[in-house]
Parts: sequence; structure tokens; C-alpha cells
Amino acid sequence: MGLFDYFHANRNSADVAKERLSILIARDHFHRNQPSFLAALQNELLEVIKKYVDIDQDDVTVSLDREEDCEILELNIALPEKGRYKEA
Amino acid sequence: MTRVIVVTSGKGGVGKTTTSAAFATGLALQGYKTAVIDFDVGLRNLDLIMGCERRVVYDFVNVINKEASLNQALIRDKRIENLHILPASQTRDKEALTMEGVEAVINELKETFDYIVCDSPAGIEHGAYMAMYFADEAVVVTNPEISSVRDSDRILGLLASKTKRVVENRTPVKEYLLLTRYSPERVKNGEMLSVDDIQEILSIPLLGVIPESQSVLTASNQGIPVIINKNSRAGLAYSDCIGRFLGEEIDLRFIDVKKGGIFGKFFGGR
Repeated sequence: MGLFDYFHANRNSADVAKERLSILIARDHFHRNQPSFLAALQNELLEVIKKYVDIDQDDVTVSLDREEDCEILELNIALPEKGRYKEA
Repeated sequence: MTRVIVVTSGKGGVGKTTTSAAFATGLALQGYKTAVIDFDVGLRNLDLIMGCERRVVYDFVNVINKEASLNQALIRDKRIENLHILPASQTRDKEALTMEGVEAVINELKETFDYIVCDSPAGIEHGAYMAMYFADEAVVVTNPEISSVRDSDRILGLLASKTKRVVENRTPVKEYLLLTRYSPERVKNGEMLSVDDIQEILSIPLLGVIPESQSVLTASNQGIPVIINKNSRAGLAYSDCIGRFLGEEIDLRFIDVKKGGIFGKFFGGR
């Protein structure tokens, strides 16, 4: 299928636009309502963890999810191999 | 009591200035004393659309800086009674619009005018923020185009959080959707978002739909607000918007594909 065919797919473009917009706007609203402390929280957590474990910025990910009326703060830390524990 | 209306959109080129000119003119034609302010400092255009560009002596920033009085800067429309224009400055930058300065000018206008229409610049920077801050009502101008709808949603977020009414815990700014450059043919062919689609996504009351029309360019070429042209579908659609804004119940028109026949041939596409 060439690029030309791609633009002539069966669905009409207005429907595609509406679907894309609905998803986009839901996501915009989600980000708009996200607390502004999230980035600061991530940095402070990183500082604390760094005291004990040798990790980089990239080893920590923070995300906020929403289900019904409950918010889930998810924190992922990839721990390095044993040799890099500071106390050891 | 004076009402302050901001005409805003986020995205540029969707018809804010055309709408501001039409709105202010329409309200004045209904007998209300109306002032329209150009907030687009550095890119003044409202004077062109209103056809008074050669009569600009002083501007909004001059009044804020007390280099001229409000009466010296206000331009009285030559065609329509009750209509006054406060042009933007072409040479300063947007920071010249201080919060205190803008408030002082709006308060002084409130002493004489029934309606103050604020023509916002595009974007969400200082100028746009100043234009919306003192508003009681907002007309959000949107094209049936994906980026315009998204930007309008962003502006709605700002209207709900960054205006004086919200800061002072009063009832929030009343928001209206105004859809411009609408093409019923393209909607029918599935090539354009429909008025229902857009209203569903933005979920604010619809003030009107302005059809895509050559008469809008003709009007701006001539410096005559399109609402004055009673042979133009865009002009008539704007008149309907004014009626609805003032509380009349008026059915939408020009949103379905034109019927053929001799009538359509005479009046179509204007």
C-alpha cells in the first residue's frame, strides 16, 4: 500500500479527526489536572535514593494514573547490580 | 451594567478580529453603546477591519501610559452611532499592557458603555491573558479543524482558571462557541468535523455557525464589518449570533447543504 492509498482508506477523515481529538483532549485534561509537585517529588525522591544506591535520573520513573476516583502514584526504580550499593 | 466580552481562540487566523468587528458592530446596531478594544499590541489589525486605520492618532498603550486621554484615543465609527474603537499600539511590545493600566481603561469605559468587546491576540501569552482577565463573557472562535479545536479547549481551561471572576470567587466567565469557516458540503462528504462533533468535544453552548464565505474577504478588503452586508450569508449568520447573545431564540441556518434551483444560484456562496 503506497502513501497515496493511505489517504484514501475507507474511513472518512472527519471521523478520524474526531477520534484523534477526543483522545488528545482527554490526555490534555489529564496533564492539565496533574499536580505541579510531581517533577519536584521525583527529584527529591531521587536525591534520597541516591544517598544509598548509585543510580541515575533515568533509573527512576514516576507516573500518576487515575482510576475512577482513585489516584495511583507509581514509582519505578531500577536497582543496579550489587556492587554499586553504597554501604556494601 | 456594562458587560465585558472577550473574543478569543488560542489559534491564529480563525477569525477573532472579524468576529470582534462583527460583534461590536452588531451590538451597536441594536442600540447599545459599544467599545471594541484591540489587544494585539504590535500587530494592530482591528482598525483595518473596521475601516478606520487612517484615523488612528493615539492608541491603547498611550492611554495606559497617560500620554493621551481615553476620549482622545477612542475613534468614533463613521457609519454607526454608539460604536467606538480603541486601537492597539503598533510600535510597543505586549508588556506595555499592565494589569493596572488595562483595568483602569476598562473601568473608565464602563462609565459610558454598555458593552466592551476585547479582541484578543492569538496565543496564550501576556496579551491574550490581559484580554481575557476582565471578561464577563467569552466568545471562543473555532474553525472545524483539529488544531483549532484543541487550542480552543486550552483557552477554555485558562478562562476557567485565570480570570478575575475566578480569582474573586464570582460566577465564572460565561463561555460561548462560535464556529467559523464552516462548509456544509465538506461536512456532508465526511471531510470536515461537524458542528455537533465540535460541540460534543468542547461542550459549551453554541452561539452560532458562520459559513465559509467569500464576502468575509471582500468585507475586510473594504474595511466594512461583514455583519453590515445583508446579502452575505456570513453577515446574516453573525446577525443571528447577536440575537442569540441578547437572548433571542433563533434557529441555526447555513449549516446544511444548499438546495439547488434558481434561489440557490442567486444567493449561494455569498
